[in-house]
Amino acid sequence: MTINLDPKIPAGDLSYKWDKHKFDSKLINPANKRKFTVIVVGTGLAGGSAAATLAELGYNVLSFCIQDSPRRAHSIAAQGGINAAKNYPNDGDSVKRLFYDTIKGGDYRAREANVYRLAQVSNNIIDQMVSQGVPFAREYGGYLDNRSFGGSQVSRTFYARGQTGQQLLLGAYSGMMKMVAKGKIKMFNRREMMDLVTVNGKARGIIVRNLITGELERYAADAVLLCTGGYGNVFYLSTNAKASNASAAWRCYKKGAAFANPCFTQIHPTCIPVHGDYQSKLTLMSESLRNDGRVWVPKKKDDNRKPAEIPDEERDYYLERIYPSFGNLAPRDVSSRQAKFRCDDGVGVGPTKQAVYLDFRDAIKRDGKDTVAGKYGNLFEMYERITGDDPYKTPMMIYPAVHYTMGGLWVDYNLMSTVPGLHVLGEANFSDHGANRLGASALMQGLADGYFVIPYTLGHYLASTPLEKVTIEDNAFKDAEQAVKLQTSKLLGIKGKRTVDQFHKALGHYMWDYVGMSRNETGLKKAINGIRKLREEFWQDVNVPGETGDFNLELHKATRVADFLELGELMALDALERKESCGGHFREEYQTEDNEAKRDDENFAHAAVWEFTGQNSSPIRHKEELIFENLKLATRSYK
Amino acid sequence: MSAANTMTLNLKIWRQKNPQTEGKLVDYRVENVSPDMSFLEMIDVLNEQLIHKGEDVIAFDHDCREGICGMCSMMIDGKAHGGFKNTTTCQVHMRMYKNGDTIVVEPFRANAFPIIKDLTVDRSAFDKIIMAGGYITANTGNAQDGNAVLIPKPIADEAMDAAACIGCGACVASCPNGSAMLFMGAKISQLALLPQGTPESAKRTLNMVHTHDTLGFGNCTTHAECEATCPKGISIEHIARMNREYTKATFTYYEKNRSEGGA
Repeated sequence: MTINLDPKIPAGDLSYKWDKHKFDSKLINPANKRKFTVIVVGTGLAGGSAAATLAELGYNVLSFCIQDSPRRAHSIAAQGGINAAKNYPNDGDSVKRLFYDTIKGGDYRAREANVYRLAQVSNNIIDQMVSQGVPFAREYGGYLDNRSFGGSQVSRTFYARGQTGQQLLLGAYSGMMKMVAKGKIKMFNRREMMDLVTVNGKARGIIVRNLITGELERYAADAVLLCTGGYGNVFYLSTNAKASNASAAWRCYKKGAAFANPCFTQIHPTCIPVHGDYQSKLTLMSESLRNDGRVWVPKKKDDNRKPAEIPDEERDYYLERIYPSFGNLAPRDVSSRQAKFRCDDGVGVGPTKQAVYLDFRDAIKRDGKDTVAGKYGNLFEMYERITGDDPYKTPMMIYPAVHYTMGGLWVDYNLMSTVPGLHVLGEANFSDHGANRLGASALMQGLADGYFVIPYTLGHYLASTPLEKVTIEDNAFKDAEQAVKLQTSKLLGIKGKRTVDQFHKALGHYMWDYVGMSRNETGLKKAINGIRKLREEFWQDVNVPGETGDFNLELHKATRVADFLELGELMALDALERKESCGGHFREEYQTEDNEAKRDDENFAHAAVWEFTGQNSSPIRHKEELIFENLKLATRSYK
Repeated sequence: MSAANTMTLNLKIWRQKNPQTEGKLVDYRVENVSPDMSFLEMIDVLNEQLIHKGEDVIAFDHDCREGICGMCSMMIDGKAHGGFKNTTTCQVHMRMYKNGDTIVVEPFRANAFPIIKDLTVDRSAFDKIIMAGGYITANTGNAQDGNAVLIPKPIADEAMDAAACIGCGACVASCPNGSAMLFMGAKISQLALLPQGTPESAKRTLNMVHTHDTLGFGNCTTHAECEATCPKGISIEHIARMNREYTKATFTYYEKNRSEGGA
């Protein structure tokens, strides 16, 4: 099989590409839109905004979510904000600067045309969300307020306290609910996508499990939009929600959708450190805290004094020292790596020595406690609830944690995967963030894809593609359902000795130790072999209690972990083959003298795109060369 | 964490296989509980033990485990989310308990929240309330510039206070009438405060309140239990604002039944 990796970037000047593309796209008249049905899997910012918008346009939308309500998708946990190039603060922002910052932040591993479009529509997102009643923070004059985020020297981040993701998601959700009430969206809660159904090579439906009854259900449509988020939970411990998983994307990969840059994982610098084996998830402390918090470690090893007792001259404010122009707002990959280096050097703090301080002493002294509380009050409370420490009195302890995955299913400029009709939006695709995502850009991308890109590109696909009549009685649906049934009974029949979580944690250790913040050839090979062995053991020794026709939570987890055990290997393989360091992918063999990532633009200025070739054969690594016509490839420096 | 600091706890947990069968409280004992564990991590440990014993795990809803998705529920010792100030169940930590404590864990109980299994309940009635008007009709593409309509900071802040609702249902579970008026009032209040929400306010309020009543939620009799247990600290002032909007709407809302057709 050959796969077509034509990115379909429109010709012409960068700033006119999207306008031209919209004009060149075919339209469907309003009366005909109602003849089309579109499946949208996932109801986060990407899925929620896409479902609402497509329904408003007149399409029949079938929407699926894994939780008990679309309002609970994990976009809700995003704290800090959403970027847009409004330039309200008059500090030098523009579409071009947001574009430049995003490409540079991604260490020149994203597609120019996609990122430019993202920057262009960013302003529309803010307008749209304001009109839907999102209570963004305001100045006293009534104007929208902005703050700064990492990797940028302008204030372009709009926010709603520390709950921006929640407010945006509830905005998208309310738009969806409006269309559910009108009958244009049919909502299916507590459903998990188990497989993609293709007919004549085109995506035409899905098989889902009704999580309450355990029954498998079939749904047919003219196109499928996958908006199922990232795969950070392959690490077991991450800031992702417990139900976040890779299975929908992974099943699509196995049905022919190529997977791009799986090794590009974002490890977020400011999370609450791990404290025990029983730990089930990690909690992020918003990057916005780095606007006012100063990151430091003691200069001396094994300095057991309380932080307040360590005088300034014995503290190493290492981000300010190494990156004077960006300081504590250095991008996430850089900040995380520097925290790791400090802890590797033995100057980490806290009981495990795997933490650094994030200190608000100076901000409180400068602005007063009330001002600091006004900006970060809810985050400080959350920190205290989890750790028992009061950050107004003692510095927070933080350590990096898995947070986001830049890799994902490959898509072209139209957000279509290598399976015709299967479109992939939001974190589930690979398109905009290159090798490192800047803070406050995930919300922007999810909503850009759902509100402003897919309505145009999907219309063009539907208008220009012959779609034969398909029903859920077709063999393709029966076969796909049968395969899921077989897998389910196999899992329930093993009755081994180890629980699903035990396997998941073991996988997480391989991923964190060898495919985490820093990687090398020996470790990656160790991970590949270890994961293969673990996968074999899983299929012989996992204990999944209960039965199919039930609300069987262990079965739900087992199907997800089975897929993570395959994806983890591909991530390690991708990291092994990318013999350079870029963004969040740090190969120890490829670094500068002062431990910065050393890119190899001659050999690796491409997206690595993996094609599935069968359960027992190796995947094929293809390339999409990244062509930089508007920006010069440069060494990323935040010094 | 040294073994000396760990606790042994006695749990009484509601087990109910499905809506058709009767449920009961079952006793469990969990040892080596670290004070740094979250409440849900303590249940995870218990569930791992149950799997090893070949028993069915305790079904409970959870997802983000950082207090924002609203998926976790549970009545802990008779209080929604355990009754700790501004705290969801997933943010309750075991340092709040002491060695030897007996803890009773039940599902959220309300007419409008039928039990699915064990501690899991069906809260889809909340979606139905939002469907009845908990939105601003602003189709994608209509929006003017975000700064075109100014919103004074105190108003934006108050709208945000209301908008902080996570839709967990603690207000309903703790209300003696099983009322969802805090949940609904928060949404009506948020949208009534904002200039963008005012054109639809009367219709929204009438429709949402009507839907609320038909779904089996009770009325508000100002016990304020909801405010006391709300993990996001949402004030019953928003119920008051909803009542004002409702009264206003009953006097002013008028929609002629006219055809939208034309030449």
